[in-house]
Amino acid sequence: MTTVLSTDKPNSLEQDKAVNPEQTQFTSTEGEEHKQPATSFVSQFDTQAASKKEAKSNNVKLSTSDVHVYYGESEAIKGIDLNIYENEVIAFIGPSGCGKSTFLRTLNRMNDTIDSCRVTGKVMLDNQDIYDPNLDVVLLRAQVGMVFQKPNPFPKSIFENVAYGPKLHGLARDKYDLEEIVENSLRKAGLWDEVKDRLSQPGTGLSGGQQQRLCIARTIAVSPEVILMDEPCSALDPIATAKVEELISELSTQYTIAIVTHSMQQAARVSDRTAYFHLGDLIEVNSTEKVFTQPDHQLTEAYITGRFG
Amino acid sequence: MSTSNTTSMDQQPLDPRAAAELRAQRKQKIESSLAKRHRKESTFRMFGLASVLAGLFFVVLLFGSILAKGLPAFWQNSMAVPVYFDPSIINVGAQPKQQAGESPAQFNDRMIAWQTEMGMVDWDALIVNGIVAKDAALEAKRDDLGYMYTSSEAYRLRDMVLADPSLIGQTKEVKILADANVDVWLAGNIDRDLPAEQQQLSPEIRQLADDLKAQGIMENTFNTNIFVSPDSRSSPATSGLAGAFMGSLFMMLIVIFISIPIGVASAIYLEEFAPKNVITDIIEVNINNLAAVPSIVFGLLGAAIFIGWMHLPLSAPLVGGLVLSLMTLPTVIITTRASLKAVPPSIRQAALGLGASRLQTVFHHVLPLALPGILTGAIIGVAQALGETAPLLLIGMSAFVASVPASPFDQSTALPVQIFLWQGNELRNFFEGRTAAAIIVLLALMIGLNSLAIWLRKKFEVRW
Repeated sequence: MTTVLSTDKPNSLEQDKAVNPEQTQFTSTEGEEHKQPATSFVSQFDTQAASKKEAKSNNVKLSTSDVHVYYGESEAIKGIDLNIYENEVIAFIGPSGCGKSTFLRTLNRMNDTIDSCRVTGKVMLDNQDIYDPNLDVVLLRAQVGMVFQKPNPFPKSIFENVAYGPKLHGLARDKYDLEEIVENSLRKAGLWDEVKDRLSQPGTGLSGGQQQRLCIARTIAVSPEVILMDEPCSALDPIATAKVEELISELSTQYTIAIVTHSMQQAARVSDRTAYFHLGDLIEVNSTEKVFTQPDHQLTEAYITGRFG
Repeated sequence: MSTSNTTSMDQQPLDPRAAAELRAQRKQKIESSLAKRHRKESTFRMFGLASVLAGLFFVVLLFGSILAKGLPAFWQNSMAVPVYFDPSIINVGAQPKQQAGESPAQFNDRMIAWQTEMGMVDWDALIVNGIVAKDAALEAKRDDLGYMYTSSEAYRLRDMVLADPSLIGQTKEVKILADANVDVWLAGNIDRDLPAEQQQLSPEIRQLADDLKAQGIMENTFNTNIFVSPDSRSSPATSGLAGAFMGSLFMMLIVIFISIPIGVASAIYLEEFAPKNVITDIIEVNINNLAAVPSIVFGLLGAAIFIGWMHLPLSAPLVGGLVLSLMTLPTVIITTRASLKAVPPSIRQAALGLGASRLQTVFHHVLPLALPGILTGAIIGVAQALGETAPLLLIGMSAFVASVPASPFDQSTALPVQIFLWQGNELRNFFEGRTAAAIIVLLALMIGLNSLAIWLRKKFEVRW
């Protein structure tokens, strides 16, 4: 473990790992996970793996330039320029109220639902401005899916939960096609084996972690290109968190994922790059390894070493 | 680990004895306030229990007094009389038929003449004959027997013959309802010791009524008239709630079909779609104000607009229904908005995040979850409208109407107005029971509606 990390500087990561039971679970299966580097958090600090990740992300999927977000009079986001590459996992970290969730929500225009919220600047998805008045927000949200902080399955059956998106957009040709989509989505979300015998039971009857994976299955059933995750594990226990994180790593081969998290170990485990937000500004964005070992900015360093936040 | 070290370093370790003393002091301080806190709690509980008991006491008192007065009114004195449709008394030819070579005017004249003849038949004689047939000793009191039954029974015999002419020459047992005053006397609703000049009936008739009762000719039977007959003044014994019930039914249908769709639609628009600005704020304030407007004001509005300006018929359930719809609308809007607000925002976000439009979000997810609340609010609004009297008085629905309305355009009264009218009837000791009986019917409807609301709520409730 520590042999992989650079040891010249005491890191908040190490301290946290000492008290986090979920870590011990991971370390105990370390040997196993080395066989599948893509799903292992340890591999994030493996120089070989990191270089491989950087190599795959060349095409810009989402790019923002000079994005400002205002809630009434107050400015929550103060001009952010950021490129998100295809099939990468980018983590947004920062202290509470720094605007990382707000920024995430501007990426699929969920801020539209808040009356006092105003967005300026450009957000381009594949060279298409998503704030273009001609753009249909329904189409955008089918391309950029979202998973929320609290698991929020519809109070309907498990099947209906996953089938809702494809039905809505008419993605399934017939009943059998729909069943296939549902099964594939649940398989991708790693939930199929747990729920295949009770698809007609309410999704709200599942455990918290299962509910969150159901929400992820529901999101990927629409086959989005980008998945936004707003603290997807903050309401889950360590075991459920581990499952969701594993899932994120698997999904990153097909989807572009932006994840907001309060857990720095989570950012370290799942993301290729990490962006640090502070009071509405984007302070630093770099490869995750660099952010957690040699941050460019002293604010970032102060945050990850636990001096504030 | 490191954090716990720093905290213990900051504080100077205390002398163990001093610490124990401090702990004991703090414990004593808390203990001394405990008795007072517990006393406060038990006092509050006593108050709560006492107010619940007081409320229950008044409910029991109310229901007890209404039931005690109203239930006996569902039974009324009547006589099972074997009526012989004597051809020598009903000495009228067959109903005229249109003959060849007869003009319609001529036929009409003959028809009217025949109807007059039918009306002139001494139908009362048939009833009195029937009573005498049960006991020949009553032959001497033929004149007094004519006061025993209510006046409309003679017309009922006529209508029976009109409907079925083959009855003539036959004997049929007919239930003849006692006169209202006779019923009051027999039921003991008037003080039997009152001097003769304060009694409503002469001593002979009172004696005869008692005799008939003793003989078993006069019996207390279930009173179906209260459900099937309209109001009546000439023959109070037959007066019933059918007209008022149909009037109320028509009005409730109009309220359901107008106020619920409009109210729910405007609530959904205001809650889910309308931008929050000055105009919607003003609308919201005004809806809340409307809910607090006294109902009689809606009656004035209805009289001015629906009757004065649009010239809709007076006393019609149509106008009553429109007025009550206006009155119910704010209630429906407010309860619908409250239940829409109660749907967790996470459900909306989930649907929007999947790419559902706002309309789809509302109709697929929000509305089904809000349905139990909306239904409850709507039914409670309708129940409130059902019991409303004041606005109906101003649009002419307090008139005496002696027929059952066949459509919402016919003149009619409503159940609460009928209660009001009977309460003011001059035949006090007879209509007191009727009033209470009408209240029982109204309360039964209310309880039925409210139970329906509870049942629907339970049925559609989704747990998560």
